[in-house]
Amino acid sequence: MSLTIENLQASVDETPILKGLNLEIPAGEVHAIMGPNGSGKSTLSKIIAGHDDYEVTGGKVLLDGVDIAELEVDERSRAGIFLAFQYPAEVPGVSNANFLRAALQARMPEGEEIDAVSFYKDLYAKMDELEMDRKFTSRAVNEGFSGGEKKRNEILQMMMLDPRYCLLDETDSGLDIDALKVVAKGVNSMRSPNRGFLVITHYQRLLDYIKPDVVHVMSDGQIVKTGGADLALELESSGYDFLKTA
Amino acid sequence: MNSETATVQQVALEKDDVGNFSYPEKHKYDAGYGLTKDTIDYISKVKDEPAWVNEFRHKALEVFESKPMPTNWATEDLDNIEFDKIRYYLSDGAKPKRSWDEVPPEVLETFDRLGVPEQERAFLAGVEAQYDSEAAYSNVKEALAEEGVIFVTCSEGLKEHEEIFRPWFGKVIPTGDNKFSALNSAVMSGGSFIYIPKGVKVKHPLQAYFRINSENFGQFERTLIIADEGSEVMYMEGCTAPKFETATLHSAVVELVAMKGAKIQYVTVQNWSSNVYNLVTKRGLAHEDAEIRWIDCNIGSRLTMKYPGVIMKGERARGEVVSIALANDGQHQDTGAKMIHAANHTTSNVVSKSISVGEGRSTYRGQVHIPKHLKGCKNNTECDALLINPKSRTDTYPAISVKGNQHVTQHEASVSQVSEEMLFYMQQRGLNEAQAMSLAVNGFINDLVSEFPMEYSVELKRLIDLEMEGSVG
Repeated sequence: MSLTIENLQASVDETPILKGLNLEIPAGEVHAIMGPNGSGKSTLSKIIAGHDDYEVTGGKVLLDGVDIAELEVDERSRAGIFLAFQYPAEVPGVSNANFLRAALQARMPEGEEIDAVSFYKDLYAKMDELEMDRKFTSRAVNEGFSGGEKKRNEILQMMMLDPRYCLLDETDSGLDIDALKVVAKGVNSMRSPNRGFLVITHYQRLLDYIKPDVVHVMSDGQIVKTGGADLALELESSGYDFLKTA
Repeated sequence: MNSETATVQQVALEKDDVGNFSYPEKHKYDAGYGLTKDTIDYISKVKDEPAWVNEFRHKALEVFESKPMPTNWATEDLDNIEFDKIRYYLSDGAKPKRSWDEVPPEVLETFDRLGVPEQERAFLAGVEAQYDSEAAYSNVKEALAEEGVIFVTCSEGLKEHEEIFRPWFGKVIPTGDNKFSALNSAVMSGGSFIYIPKGVKVKHPLQAYFRINSENFGQFERTLIIADEGSEVMYMEGCTAPKFETATLHSAVVELVAMKGAKIQYVTVQNWSSNVYNLVTKRGLAHEDAEIRWIDCNIGSRLTMKYPGVIMKGERARGEVVSIALANDGQHQDTGAKMIHAANHTTSNVVSKSISVGEGRSTYRGQVHIPKHLKGCKNNTECDALLINPKSRTDTYPAISVKGNQHVTQHEASVSQVSEEMLFYMQQRGLNEAQAMSLAVNGFINDLVSEFPMEYSVELKRLIDLEMEGSVG
């Protein structure tokens, strides 16, 4: 079981962004993608999620062996792909609890309703884990949230929706060290042999708390280097300059 | 319930109007097509009205005929109303209309999804001419009668309670207020008359449901509610279920009178089929320390023009309009509020939210009037519009005339769109496009929905889900 990306090529407004990218994330592993700004890291996560700003011009994305090219954004989500956004959108007037309920309800078979009591029990347990105030359930999704609150909220949603593959896009940006630890704790609690992670980050810092199994370096729409956790440390000290000479 | 005054509307079918259906009609009383003096005499005769009412109608007809269409400020679509092709009075005592087998399956499905109660379904679908409400209502009716509350049809009100009815009838909204109030005054039938005695606080909302019959759903309803000193009442009309048989022109007049210290809340939820012109005049008169609130939700119709108003005649009187309008393809919601401050220290509040879906159009027109000689008046106006598609349209025409410098007024308006970013976010969490839209729309009106009684707010949410389902492709 894996999330597999084969020779993926994609462009936006006819400008190529991904130029034949290959990546395999087996269930049970945490992969990190690092790379300089503009290398296409964030774009990759949006393309996997099915954002229609990007046109896939070649290659494919396989979810446990099944090509998801024809699936809509919501179908991909329900199939098990979760994207923790770098900049989560606000949904004014819709409470976090209602939003999560709607998202969980969308996963229920026709005619079945989620049980409100067990929903709240589950929600509160996970909020406690992320050190979130109970009042949070009635606040509108991301509206007026601080950067740290937004990121915690992404992780809460991820925990509630129980996805197969989690894509974390620059989850560390805008977080102070305490918030970073809480977020990492949430992610680590979800690590399981049945779940794969793709952690996109510009900095090594996050990887001190979420230990990757594999680290990839992305540049100009391709994976240019792959290694173990120590590759991230190496990048931290020597930077991406090697890309220029490569 | 006097069945001979039950109005059965003619049906106009339009080809895109899937929700509508017709059935063969036979009427005991039918004033025929078009509007003349004879039509009015016919109505008065059938309803056995006193002479003063007949005179009132005749005067109104003259006013109606003399007034031009307000197309100088309103939409030219009004010119498409064919007055001579309308039947102004139909009534029928006969009961069975059709069998359930004749009701289209999609209508039944809509009822299911909206959760419309069984008894109402039969009425709304035209299977029963009358809504059997006696059982549910008799207790309430007894309790009300003990307190001296009068809750009858308008026809009964003007005959049986002339001494209370007549002094206020046509005083808040004079016949000549506008062309359609004149039309209503000429051919009115249906509607309610309510009187709440001094100091009586009616605990439960009075619903048109309680005495629902086809007369309630007449084209030209006329309602007068008088809350005497220190009394309180909430009135609810309409329902979220679409009305599958309805005339193309609906023109109601509703007058509210809140005496010193009284409180009236008038809640409307209406869902018209998209061939209907819904041109309604609603206004309240608030005396000293009185409070009038209009809570209004308009969905559907070809054109709705409705600007509930409050005249704050006594010191410290308060007026409020809270409204939600949803315009889908081919629909135009032209709504707003009118706040007339006519005494010191009066306060008004207007909160309006509109949603335009597809090629739907919503317009806000607000009027706030505070004259120079007054002091200490306050108005707050907020109008927010949400556009669902690039082709949706919204316009805002606020007219705030505040003279003198001892007042506080505040006006805020906003137009927003359901952004691609927000949609992508919600879809990434597993909601399909329609579900995401529904959630966004429900979020937009969330703070206003809480102003509606519970059962209405639940229905409203379901209704928005239904509207959004059809709007995304």
